Amino acid sequence: MQKYSLTHLKELESEAIYVLREVAAQFERPALLFSGGKDSIVVAHLARKAFYPAAIPFPLVHIDTGHNFPETITFRDEFVKKIGAQLIVGSVQQSIDEGKVVEEQGLNASRNKLQTVTLLDTIEQNKFDACMGGARRDEEKARAKERFFSHRDAFGQWDPKNQRPELWNIFNGKKHMGEHFRVFPISNWTEMDVWQYILSENIEIPSIYLAHERNVFNRDGVWMDVNDIILRKDNETPVKKIVRFRTIGDMTCTGAVESTADTLEKVIQEVAAARTTERGTRADDKRSEAAMEDRKKEGYF
Amino acid sequence: MENQQNIDSGSYLNMELLRFTTAGSVDDGKSTLIGRLLYDSKSIFEDQYEAIEESSKRKGEEHVNLAHLTDGLRAEREQGITIDVAYRYFATPKRKFIIADTPGHIQYTRNMVTGASTANLAIVLVDARKGMVEQTSRHSFIASLLGIPHVVYCINKMDLVDYSEETFNKIKEDIQNFSAKLETKDIHFIPISALNGDNVVHKSENMPWYEGTTLMYLLENIHIASDHNHRDCRFPVQYVIRPQSKELHDYRGYAGRIAGGIFKAGDEVKVLPSGKTSKIKSIDTFDGSVEEAFAPMSVTITLEDEVDISRGDMIVRENNQPEVVADFDVMLCWMNDKGLMPSGKYYIRNTSNEARCMVTEIKYKVDINTLHRIEDDKNISMNDIARVSLKTTKPLFVDRYSRNRNTGSIILIDEATNETVAAGMIV
Repeated sequence: MQKYSLTHLKELESEAIYVLREVAAQFERPALLFSGGKDSIVVAHLARKAFYPAAIPFPLVHIDTGHNFPETITFRDEFVKKIGAQLIVGSVQQSIDEGKVVEEQGLNASRNKLQTVTLLDTIEQNKFDACMGGARRDEEKARAKERFFSHRDAFGQWDPKNQRPELWNIFNGKKHMGEHFRVFPISNWTEMDVWQYILSENIEIPSIYLAHERNVFNRDGVWMDVNDIILRKDNETPVKKIVRFRTIGDMTCTGAVESTADTLEKVIQEVAAARTTERGTRADDKRSEAAMEDRKKEGYF
Repeated sequence: MENQQNIDSGSYLNMELLRFTTAGSVDDGKSTLIGRLLYDSKSIFEDQYEAIEESSKRKGEEHVNLAHLTDGLRAEREQGITIDVAYRYFATPKRKFIIADTPGHIQYTRNMVTGASTANLAIVLVDARKGMVEQTSRHSFIASLLGIPHVVYCINKMDLVDYSEETFNKIKEDIQNFSAKLETKDIHFIPISALNGDNVVHKSENMPWYEGTTLMYLLENIHIASDHNHRDCRFPVQYVIRPQSKELHDYRGYAGRIAGGIFKAGDEVKVLPSGKTSKIKSIDTFDGSVEEAFAPMSVTITLEDEVDISRGDMIVRENNQPEVVADFDVMLCWMNDKGLMPSGKYYIRNTSNEARCMVTEIKYKVDINTLHRIEDDKNISMNDIARVSLKTTKPLFVDRYSRNRNTGSIILIDEATNETVAAGMIV
């Protein structure tokens, strides 16, 4: 490596910090969507770097489906305390209680899709004008065309045919009343980049990303957690397995993979050798070929 | 998966990032080439492969069509077109790559300009059967206009011209003659067959006469460290950091991403537009202070003296300053359905600076196929490229685009719709 050049991780870090600062400069009430998953943890870490030595100048917002892994919630609360950030929780349960959304029924019932309503409500209540998230373009093909600054209309909708061109590193966050933006500082990172960064920066993550013993059952080739929320068929017998999670979403739609990777180094080796994308364990994307595209248009993350 | 397994922690921490754009139209094999790069570098996952296998079958195609890897949104799949720039990623043990994949049909210029704006390198695909066509000159011109340092011409479908050296040389010569009129300094030619994989990742046995490298070798080894400007110190202030805490009560840090040059602690600097001078006290990051910083690092600069600085200001060296201008010419690429309004007013953005501006004169439009100047048609609409004069409400701190892509670029924003309507390169 030459003296005046950056490694790719440093360049990606610098780009993300630039985007975070641009959000703080261009918007009045930004927020960082924080799921407790590794990607949003990395964005929060980058936000600390971007505004150091000052505190992060915006709150962290968690849309809680009520069906999160307990480990995620514990981690979230400790993390927020540690970095001294403000946390705002939007509750899907509350949206259900208020009759704004109707819970799905049946075996594959998930609150994942319901989150969109709670998210849009939380944005409106707090008058957020920009919500940052940890989505990456390598995750899914609808994301491959996403901008860093993604414009949403007053209904929170994403119109893929009407996106502002984004050139160089000049971002246009201008908007009319009621409109808002979603901003993705780590757009250009891959799953591998995220893991390498977590390792090289020594970033803490929820324990369930590493291999551990868990009661699971097999559904369509994916290991699902055994708990009171997911209904099981008679032939879906719980077994004890050594597993880990590649992504952490709602319990109802996030499956585990069999793995013995109990350290970050081993996880990275596993990611390097992986034969399926990380969203391969996400039931929410398997609903149809355009599942993500449809959810995004409605205002999903 | 040998490639990926080689990416262990050690080497992965020492990789460079190369951003490239691919230009080509529907039939010249662009999607196949990208599919080939991803497939042969083992960057395709099983579930992705199964998905394209499935859609190939559904469409009644004999082989697994790698081009489907780059299929995007449902709206596009239904119409068989690509709407927009799509970004794709792959890595080899040497480098991480970001591909800005731009479609080849209508709105082509807008998309290619967008993809090209951040690229170190452009791949221009040429169909060996057709040779240099209008589209090749168009792609070459845009690559040159957007200041992409390296252009690689992939003469594709060599298998359909019997891997003929003569054909390859003829096309190469035609392109070289044309490119002499352009600014691109570093040009390469590679004969390939994206379909069969010749000279993409693996060296072709069908073209023993070709002594150059494969495309992948070039992508992995081309020298990109000098693509940033390390001569002219430019630090656009993006955000002012004031912790407001007891211990750091007096801390004022100027946060930004270095747009050019190398800044060192102790440097005498000048702040624009105030013209006040001071000395760099420290260059701070979360991981500690650094002695020096260069593009494209994001840092926070503190100064010895209390100077009033806000977003949009620029920290520079006294003996090397940008131009401070309110009247200047740009090569403009129009990107909106609504054309340029004569003497219309727009917001203009340059680095972190914003002003309002109007277009005072349309000098000429460029016919991007022939490079001829059109002086009798002053209507600027979607995908047009034109040289225009701008007048801004306050001075901007700029360099020529050819000298610095960060300080030499601007966008125009429509005041009514807030849409980004044009991109400009300062001449």
